[in-house]
Amino acid sequence: MKGARSLPPVARAIVGGDRRALARAITAIENGDPGAGPVLKALFSRARQVPIVGVAGPLGVGKSSLLNLLVGHLRGLGRTVAVIAVDPSSPFSGGSVLGDRIRFEGRADDPGVFFRSMASRGAAGGVAAATLEAARVLAAAGFDIILVETVGSGQVDVAIREIATTRVVVLVPHLGDEVQTLKAGLFEIADVFCVNKTDLPGADSAQRDLADLVAMFPAGSGWVPRIVGTSTTVPRGIAELWEAIQAHESFLDSSGTRRAGERHRLATEIVGLVRDRVGRELTHQLERDADLRRLLDRVVAREIDPRTAAERLRPTVRRQS
Amino acid sequence: MPDSEALAKSHPIRVLIAKPGLDGHDRGAKVVARALRDAGMEVIYAGLRQTPEEIVRAALEEDVDLIGLSILSGAHMALIPRVLTLLKKNKAASIPVFAGGIIPDEDARKLRAAGVRAIFGPGASLEQIVSTAQKLARSAA
Repeated sequence: MKGARSLPPVARAIVGGDRRALARAITAIENGDPGAGPVLKALFSRARQVPIVGVAGPLGVGKSSLLNLLVGHLRGLGRTVAVIAVDPSSPFSGGSVLGDRIRFEGRADDPGVFFRSMASRGAAGGVAAATLEAARVLAAAGFDIILVETVGSGQVDVAIREIATTRVVVLVPHLGDEVQTLKAGLFEIADVFCVNKTDLPGADSAQRDLADLVAMFPAGSGWVPRIVGTSTTVPRGIAELWEAIQAHESFLDSSGTRRAGERHRLATEIVGLVRDRVGRELTHQLERDADLRRLLDRVVAREIDPRTAAERLRPTVRRQS
Repeated sequence: MPDSEALAKSHPIRVLIAKPGLDGHDRGAKVVARALRDAGMEVIYAGLRQTPEEIVRAALEEDVDLIGLSILSGAHMALIPRVLTLLKKNKAASIPVFAGGIIPDEDARKLRAAGVRAIFGPGASLEQIVSTAQKLARSAA
């Protein structure tokens, strides 16, 4: 590994614990700022492979409160934690209210915690890419565990699949009958099910239904999803939740699946980066290139169809040295 | 210029809205947060009962372009200057701070002199707050 001296100044500041440099690097990643590139490249080999725990689930199941307690638990164990909380952007204004910080009660002077809110910004693949890169920078900054909180719907679901090493799906009692759990989506990605609000009636049957489901459909990897009951008001089950997450992380190592998962994630990331670049280049060319504009004109005039036009566009995936 | 427009679109303004101190009246802060969201900003809503230390830490971690403080308790002369001092201490005095709430004219003058960039009383319109916030964020960038 290269020494700190060979790092660009911003990367060196991040590794050295400069929280402002860290925060600004995450902004640059989110904005697709070209300045983020050199920092990310320099930090890749320095970022330890730390657990990235994705926490997904419907609105209002208590994800933020749960994370707040989990952070407290991990601090109690002497582990440092970074949290990335993703909330949706408005498809209309592009704006967003990022409210997950409200539940966060970390001490203002604790350098062992870093909390960052991110808006999903709606760009295809954008959430996953920016979150993964942000997580990597946070790992390079020395955090032991990265927690990523998302609203478990649509694209963000996919995002959590592509970035987290352990996926926790948070549910509450009375979310619906067991047929709901057969629907595609969140239930397919869980390594750990967390039934929150167990202080409410119905928690037992919710956990039982989940156990039935898990027993019915064993995953191919050999991992049997754990089911943990928690309550954030009492509070209860937080240590058990962390144990379940750790058990999955240990399984990744003992079964050898961590490496395969990492390989899959990196492949997805590289393809995403190329797709983004080619997409940007093509959009740019369609606007500027006279030939391509004529091609578009012909499609608009119904002389040729979009598929034929697309076949004539030959984006080059070339080495950019 | 379309390029700068595209740039503004791809880089939403990030603003922290927080309520320092102990009063529990957060309706105003929520209404402002929503108006800023509708204007395309990313609003980090930190909520009630924040200490100046928590507010400044949030502003730095979230790398915001702007900080809006809502305060109705009367403790503005203690809490708002403390936020400004902490920002300075963290070399972040360039982040503009605006305030809203029940702040008497004389205090408002003092706070402006101390570095608060805009102060909105009960009569302020949302349009006024949004356009000021946009101007402040742009001036800081």
